[in-house]
Amino acid sequence: MKARHQRLLLIVAALGALALIAALVFSALKENVAFFYSPSDIKANKAPQNKLFRVGGQVEVGSLKRQEDGVTVRFVVTDNIACVPVQYQGVLPDLFSEGKGAVVQGRLNDDGIFIAQEVIAKHDENYMPPEVAQAMQTAHAENAGNPQSQCQLPDAWTPDP
Amino acid sequence: MIPELGLFALLLALPVALCTGVLALWGAQRGQAAWMSLAKPGSVALALLVGFAYLCLTWAFIQNDFSVLYVAQQSSSSLPLVYRIAGVWGGHEGSLLLWLLMLAGWAALVRFFSRALPEALRARVLGVLCLVAAGFLLFILFTSNPFLRLLPGAAEGRELNPMLQDPGLVLHPPLLYMGYVGFSVAYAFAVAALLSGRLDAAWARWSRPWTLAAWAFLTLGIAVGSWWAYYELGWGGWWFWDPVENASFMPWLAGTALLHSLAVTEKRGSFKNWTVLLAVSTFSLSLLGTFLVRSGVLTSVHAFASDPARGIFILAFLVAVIGASLLLFVWRAPKVGLGGRFAPVSRESLLLVNNLLLAAATGTVLLGTLYPLIVDALGVGKISVGPPYFNAVFVPVMMPLLFLVGIGPFARWKSASLIEILRVNKWTLGIAALAALTLPLVYGEWRPLAALGVFLAAWIFLAATLHFVRQARATQGGGGLFASVLRQPLHFWGMHLAHVGLAVFVAGVSIVGAYEAEKSVKMAPGDTVDIYVYRFRFLGVQSVEGPNYLALRGEMELSEDGRAPRRLFPEKRFYHHSAMPMTEAAIDAGLWRDAYVALGEPLDRERPDGEWVVRVYVKPLVDWIWGGATLMALGGLLALLDRRYRRRRAATPEITP
Repeated sequence: MKARHQRLLLIVAALGALALIAALVFSALKENVAFFYSPSDIKANKAPQNKLFRVGGQVEVGSLKRQEDGVTVRFVVTDNIACVPVQYQGVLPDLFSEGKGAVVQGRLNDDGIFIAQEVIAKHDENYMPPEVAQAMQTAHAENAGNPQSQCQLPDAWTPDP
Repeated sequence: MIPELGLFALLLALPVALCTGVLALWGAQRGQAAWMSLAKPGSVALALLVGFAYLCLTWAFIQNDFSVLYVAQQSSSSLPLVYRIAGVWGGHEGSLLLWLLMLAGWAALVRFFSRALPEALRARVLGVLCLVAAGFLLFILFTSNPFLRLLPGAAEGRELNPMLQDPGLVLHPPLLYMGYVGFSVAYAFAVAALLSGRLDAAWARWSRPWTLAAWAFLTLGIAVGSWWAYYELGWGGWWFWDPVENASFMPWLAGTALLHSLAVTEKRGSFKNWTVLLAVSTFSLSLLGTFLVRSGVLTSVHAFASDPARGIFILAFLVAVIGASLLLFVWRAPKVGLGGRFAPVSRESLLLVNNLLLAAATGTVLLGTLYPLIVDALGVGKISVGPPYFNAVFVPVMMPLLFLVGIGPFARWKSASLIEILRVNKWTLGIAALAALTLPLVYGEWRPLAALGVFLAAWIFLAATLHFVRQARATQGGGGLFASVLRQPLHFWGMHLAHVGLAVFVAGVSIVGAYEAEKSVKMAPGDTVDIYVYRFRFLGVQSVEGPNYLALRGEMELSEDGRAPRRLFPEKRFYHHSAMPMTEAAIDAGLWRDAYVALGEPLDRERPDGEWVVRVYVKPLVDWIWGGATLMALGGLLALLDRRYRRRRAATPEITP
């Protein structure tokens, strides 16, 4: 093989490898991206069914209930307009508390309950995740004439079974 | 008074940095010896001024001077002294000052360890470093002044975020910054080479030890950060693919590629342009990391609530640094030249593959990190890219690289035979395959990913050992094999130690990934939970008083057959200055496994002596992750101490024929 051919072969192999990596990247991105929705978005049916996504808002005061097994918790996330019931199995982060902002990642089940796989904590008590701040602001602006929260929880939701 | 002196020192440092930078670079371009000679005293003066300012800020922390806004925000008089000293870099302003201190420190080191350097090269390197420092000085003075007064002064500070009150804070940021900022030296060398158009083996030899040092520190810094997250966050994870972690990992990947590319440039004179481009990219990624972490565009542990002016300033600085050096590259790179030819299978080509894979890995991490920002900027929506993406992309790219780590050292420069290398390695490959088939069974179930990891780890380790022994045999000069092993040059030791460290790391990652076990359970005092052969017995919770917190301390008994039971004390701390609790995990660490316990919440908040939700983990080989990283860093430091980097003004070093 001539040196020129060898070099050509090398370049073709490198390009092939790059193409492979690019394909890998795009398929992985397509599958593993989680979009952020506010409770109002979910109420308006903008959020996908059975696909991973994130919801953020305020944890409604008085909504946090621990289930009988001790490890499953249920709480309600609201943007003061609409609300989403969330169920999570595991230990909540230290900085999670009622009345504070929180972001949860998971899927919406058929009963309209959000099954969280992950509860994302803020790392500083004075810090509000920007997504949450914006979602609450948007909801507030859209609902300027109607100060009453319209929090309707699905029938399947019983915090104390 | 002291804070004003600090501010004054910073104000003075700005013109010093600017003048030194501009005059030294101009002098080098014009061949003006008098201007070039300014670089030495200028860089020392800069380091002294910045060091003085830094001490002033530290003094304000030690003295609890709450009339300084930053001190009032970050500290309090009940804070233990060590955290008042480390608290200087616990927030935005102070950590930037630390960044600047490191930069000025590196420049001063270059000044003192550059006797062998030609005058013009030294002037250029120091000049570039001074200009970068000037950029950061502007940033600090205009957007992030740590000496800002609070009038009237506060009676008491708001105290450091409890999460940061940990030995990790003392180690992680300085080590990480040493690494991050250390790449500025490699960058300065690259820009100097572009400016002069002179890039030869001697240049590579000079810039190599600096790159090694920065790389070793960055490795340690990332490892300490990972370990800190592991025990502090209470989730038992060691890497989260958090954007801020990625911000430090990208320069590491690019820096690793740079180290290998520099080897080719030094030994064979090839890859020159690529080396320069990598040096520029590595430091640019460090700056990008600083931007991502400090601008508040990301939701993360490290994102302090911050104002947008800062983000815009760093972004502008980033664009200026990257833009200017890329323009310079396009303009001057053709002058730098190509270098020796090599066959498709040779050490050069293997190192080229190493570089391509590392560059691809950097690219995938960069894309995953920036993608949410891009999507947000386009107004399409708000998204997050999670660990599954990174695992799906990063791991396949790393697999071939890990296999090649074993092969690389056996390949000769210019031309090598793959068949010959595999023939020499038939036993090492065989043993590695055997290890992959059997060792995972120790944990009960054979899993393919764990087996693959064990194979790669064993292969890298065995191949490195074989290569070392063969090399020692070949250079035997009396005194037997052992004496010959000890006589091997330090850079050779360093390379193999770093590769063995990688093997240890890979073994840890794959075993803990496949076989870690976790249970979250409700436990009343006396209850037990079993994982593998370990039994955890919960003995209850008591309250304990700390220096600036009140803790609920749980007691857990860990027992296994044939060993005396041990006690673990996980805590839930309530800091006086903070409304939020903090989880302190308790870990029984060991060479073969960690047993990890974290308190969740009490079922009834009024009765903390009753039932609790508790998380227990058993993590086999998890400490190998940080042990491996430490070995890698030690390898880098060993290589750095090699005799050939210490020669004085050597003649242009020979290129391997």
